[in-house]
Amino acid sequence: MIEFEDVTKVYADGTEAIDGINFTVEEGTTTVLVGPSGCGKTTSMKLVNRLEEPTEGTVYVNGTDNQELDKIDLRRGIGYVIQEIGLFDHLTVGENIATVPELVGWDQSRIDDRVDELLELMDLSPEYRDQYPRELSGGQRQRIGVARALAADPDILLMDEPFGALDPITRENLQDEFLQIQDRINTTILFVTHSIDEALKMGDRIAIFDVGEVVQYDTPAEILSNPKNEFVENFIGENQTFKQLSITPVREVMDDPQAYESAESEVAPAADGGEYYSISPDSSLQVGLTRLLSIEHTTLPVVDGGEVVGFLTEDHVRSYFDSAGEP
Amino acid sequence: MAGVISTSLSGIRYLLDNLPEFWQLLAEHLVLVVASEIIAISIAVPLGVIAARHEKLKSPILSVGNVAQTVPPLAIIALMFPILGLGFLPSFVALFIYALLPVLVNTITGLESVDEGTIDAAKGMGMTQNERLTKIRFPLALPIIFAGIRTSTVINVGTAYLAFFIGGGGLGAWVISGINLFNMPQVFAGAISGAVLAISLDLLLAAVESRLGNSGPASAQVAA
Repeated sequence: MIEFEDVTKVYADGTEAIDGINFTVEEGTTTVLVGPSGCGKTTSMKLVNRLEEPTEGTVYVNGTDNQELDKIDLRRGIGYVIQEIGLFDHLTVGENIATVPELVGWDQSRIDDRVDELLELMDLSPEYRDQYPRELSGGQRQRIGVARALAADPDILLMDEPFGALDPITRENLQDEFLQIQDRINTTILFVTHSIDEALKMGDRIAIFDVGEVVQYDTPAEILSNPKNEFVENFIGENQTFKQLSITPVREVMDDPQAYESAESEVAPAADGGEYYSISPDSSLQVGLTRLLSIEHTTLPVVDGGEVVGFLTEDHVRSYFDSAGEP
Repeated sequence: MAGVISTSLSGIRYLLDNLPEFWQLLAEHLVLVVASEIIAISIAVPLGVIAARHEKLKSPILSVGNVAQTVPPLAIIALMFPILGLGFLPSFVALFIYALLPVLVNTITGLESVDEGTIDAAKGMGMTQNERLTKIRFPLALPIIFAGIRTSTVINVGTAYLAFFIGGGGLGAWVISGINLFNMPQVFAGAISGAVLAISLDLLLAAVESRLGNSGPASAQVAA
């Protein structure tokens, strides 16, 4: 858990980076700090592992004022991923991942096991272990960066524009992969980005920054349906409803399977028609709508683990679209 | 052209005719170069680390190094004579002073050239300042530091000829006395062997460097 309490940061040259911010990142959740450049989001993140020190206020890490913790120990307990990745080019992929475990003195066999485990988690084959970072593509390097940050099993992960330097397709893929990884690890994540789309996709909660202040701290759905002021509205940009569809899981709007027992002829064949004509309850409504438009039926079965758990119709999406459109 | 070739050949003949003396002069030359270079490296590298770490000390350290380099080597050798007299020691000190700067400059440049993102990552992962230096900065700067050592060594081989003026021995004995006596085969014998020595040392250091600097293949990024 990370708590910011009235935190202000003024640099030595007098510029005020952040001014009295307050928010809490609950354990195991992801909070995205988003805002235009120079709004203080990166500074806020660096206050957590004390790469920056607050001028006023307190940052609590797992309930303790982080000023009372040893800087080096604190940082070793927090995963850190930066945009430039910062991989160590003179070390192999395996040695890069092993950095923090080695600093904290794990024995070699435990380190080896952990490196293997992380390569697997990142969907990288074991042969990458002995390669050097420069031999890898941007997406692979970024995966190594994330693996390295997770190496010593930190409770907290700080990610500063981790997917910023990638092409859109690689970025999209890595975001999806990371969302899956996130489900498997119980890590509190603070994620910095300038892209509202990335924030909506990755965050359980989003803190929108405007020159040194948090203007709104809410869930993605709340931010889309109730933007607090004009700045937030402008920042979200056009197509708010469509964005809302992309963050709403099918599960939330689907009907019970019983409701459609009588109208089976309308249902796209789930079992014999191939898997294409079904959708997972965790997919977004955006995916659901696209799929509905691409088939000849008006009802799509929602399938989870081989069982039909509900149905999605165009009407569901439409009524959700209508209600989301109204502020 | 034909004159050059015949003089070179006569130089090699002179060398072969005076092999025992050649080995002695070469040994003297090598000892001067290697001893002064080792001491220069062991002073310049730590000095470079200090300079790179403390911005305030950087310019005084660099200016001392620069001044040492701007004084002509012959003058340094001559200046050593009244202070330290004749023989090995003054020659050694003069060569040491002259060898410092390339190593010092490259150490500072190398350490400062390390990408700030990399250092930021190392810091954020909880490396202490010393760990960042020994595990990250220094290994990444090593190729540049080594380039400085190679430059310095090659220059040092050339400068060491002047040691003969203050009784430091070395291949300068053949070259300088050869000039005085207009004995061209002798001059060539001394000059060519020095050139070969410089090239050999350079190659040797390059080999050591590629062993030490385990920075992986220098090939460009391979996308997969």
